[in-house]
Amino acid sequence: MNLDEVVVKKIEEAFPAALEEVSDFRDERTLYVRKADLKQVCQLLRDDASLQYNFLTDICADDMLPDFPRFAVNYQLYSIPHNHRLRLRVLVEDPEDGPETVASLWAIATWLEMEVWDLMGVRFKGNTSLRRLFLPEDWQGHPLRKDYPLGYEEVQFSFNFDEINAKKPHATKD
Amino acid sequence: MTLSAGGDAIQELTLEELRNKVGTGMEIEDAEEHMLLSMGPQHPSTHGVLRLLVELDGETVVNLAPDIGFLHTGIEKNMEAKTYTKALVMTDRMDYLSPMSNNLGYILAIEKLLGVEATPRAQVIRVILTELQRVASHLVWLGTSALDLAAMSVFLYCFREREYILDLFEMVAGQRMMVSYFRPGGLWRDVPEEFVPAVRQFLDFMPAKIADYEALLKNNPIFLGRTKGVGVISAEDAISWGLTGGSLRGSGVNYDVRKATPYCGYEDYDFDVPLETDGDVYARYLVRMEEMRQSLRIIEQALNKLPDGPVQIADRKIVPPPRSELGHSMEAVIHHFKLWTEGFSAPAGFVYQAIESPRGEFGVYLRGDGGPKPARVHFRAPSYVNLAALPRMAKNLFVADVVAIIGSIDIVLGEIDR
Repeated sequence: MNLDEVVVKKIEEAFPAALEEVSDFRDERTLYVRKADLKQVCQLLRDDASLQYNFLTDICADDMLPDFPRFAVNYQLYSIPHNHRLRLRVLVEDPEDGPETVASLWAIATWLEMEVWDLMGVRFKGNTSLRRLFLPEDWQGHPLRKDYPLGYEEVQFSFNFDEINAKKPHATKD
Repeated sequence: MTLSAGGDAIQELTLEELRNKVGTGMEIEDAEEHMLLSMGPQHPSTHGVLRLLVELDGETVVNLAPDIGFLHTGIEKNMEAKTYTKALVMTDRMDYLSPMSNNLGYILAIEKLLGVEATPRAQVIRVILTELQRVASHLVWLGTSALDLAAMSVFLYCFREREYILDLFEMVAGQRMMVSYFRPGGLWRDVPEEFVPAVRQFLDFMPAKIADYEALLKNNPIFLGRTKGVGVISAEDAISWGLTGGSLRGSGVNYDVRKATPYCGYEDYDFDVPLETDGDVYARYLVRMEEMRQSLRIIEQALNKLPDGPVQIADRKIVPPPRSELGHSMEAVIHHFKLWTEGFSAPAGFVYQAIESPRGEFGVYLRGDGGPKPARVHFRAPSYVNLAALPRMAKNLFVADVVAIIGSIDIVLGEIDR
C-alpha cells in the first residue's frame, strides 16, 4: 500500500474526526486536519514507526480572502526514512485563535511560527515567543494579509475616516 | 543590565526579555555576572546585516538571540502584485549568492502548477548552471568563512575562480548576478556557441584549484583549532531544528533533495552525497568542499549528454513566440500581445516544490487562483531555518566561536529577511 493511503488510514483509525478532507493535486497529497486535532495528528505522524515524518520542512500561512474560513496554515512534513512528503492544512477562522504550537515535536516550529505570526498574524496557542521578527517592533498590521494594501489605498481624513474604514475587509466574519 | 534593542524607539532590554526573544526553550542558570553584548548588524563576520544579542558569562556564550529583518523588502507580498513571469526577478534578489537556484525553484513551482515540463535541452542546461552556481556560492562561503578565521589568502583565490563562473553567467544571461535566466517552460534563450568550451575549460582547471584551497587550510593550525569540535550539533538535533544542506549532512543525515525527490533529471546523473558524522564546523567544511567536486562531476556528465533541440516548450499560451514569427503570423502577434500585457494564467491550486540550493532545501509554496498573478508565494529559505539552530550550536562556547559557526552554516541575509 502506498504511504499516501497508509497515512490516511492511520489517522482515521486513531482520530476518526480529525480529517476533514483529503485532496490530491499534481501528485501532492494534502490532508485537511481539524484545528483542535492538529497536535495529536502531528504526534502520530512523527512517532508511528511506519510513518516517521520526522522533518518539519515548513510552516506557511495563506490568506484566502474573500473566502471563509479565511486563513489556512500549511505544515509541510517530510519523512527522511521513508522519503515521503505530506502536507497538513489547517483552516483557521479567527487568527487570534490559531492552531496549537508543535514546538514540542519539532524544535524549529517556534521559529517558523514566529514568521507566520509576524507577517500573517495567525497566533499559535502555546507559543510564547511570538514577536516582531522582520518588521519593527511598533509595526501595525500583518502585511501578507490580502486586506493589507500594497500602496494605492484611499487617504483617510478625519471627515471620511469611518466611511473608508467600513469598506475595508476585516480579519474575521462579523 | 540593559541594552537598547535598536530602532527609533530606544527600548531597554533585560536579560529576562532576551531569553523570551530567543524562542529556543533553552534552560539557563541565573547568574548575577552575566552581561549582554550586541554583535552587529554592521559587523563583517555576520555575513550581511545580522544582529546577535549575546548573553555572556565572562567570555562564554550562555544564550544568544538572532535579531533579523534589516533587509526585509516584502518580496513575498510584492510578488502577489506581479504576473508569474515578472515576479521572477525578485527571486534573484533573495539569495544573492545563488540567483540561479532561486530562479529554478520558483520556475519549477510554476511549471508544476501549470502541469508542464521543460524540454530535455533546457533541463540539462538548468542542471549545468545551477551546479556552476553551487560552486560559485561555495567559493564565497569558503572564502568568507576562512577570512573570519584569519585565513586571508583563501578569500582572494576563491573570488578569482568565482569571477570566471560569473563571466559564464554573463555569457548566457547578460548579467553576472541577477540573471533571471530560467523562464516558465524553458530558458530565456539558448546558450551561445562558446559556452560549452568555456565550461570545459573551467572543468579542466578547477579540480587543481580546489586542491590548492585545501592545501592552504588543511595544515593551518589556527583553522583546525578553531573548527574541529566547535559548534557540534547531533543528527537528532539537526533534524529537529530543520537543518538542511551541508549543515545537515555534516551531522551524518543523508538527505539531499537532488537524490530524495529528483527534479530536472537529477536521477540520471551519477554523483555522491558527501557525509560526515562529527557535526562540527570542520565536518561542514569537509562536506562542502566535497560537494564542489561532485558538482564538477555532474557538470561534466551534463556537458557530455547535452542534447540538441529547442530550449522552450511549444505551448504559445506560456512561452512567447519568436520574434521572426511576428512579421507574418497574426496568431503569433496575438499571443505576444496577450503574454506581454496580461501574462499566462495558472490553474487554481497550490503546490510545493523543493530544490537543493547551495544552502540547503529551498522550497517554494505557490498558490494560484486561476488568474495571471500568484495568489500566494512563500519561500522556505534554508538560511532562515539554519540560523534558528545557531543558539543551540553556540551554547557554552567562546564568543569568538560564534563567528566560526555563522560562517559554517552559510547564511545569506537577503534570503533570511526576504
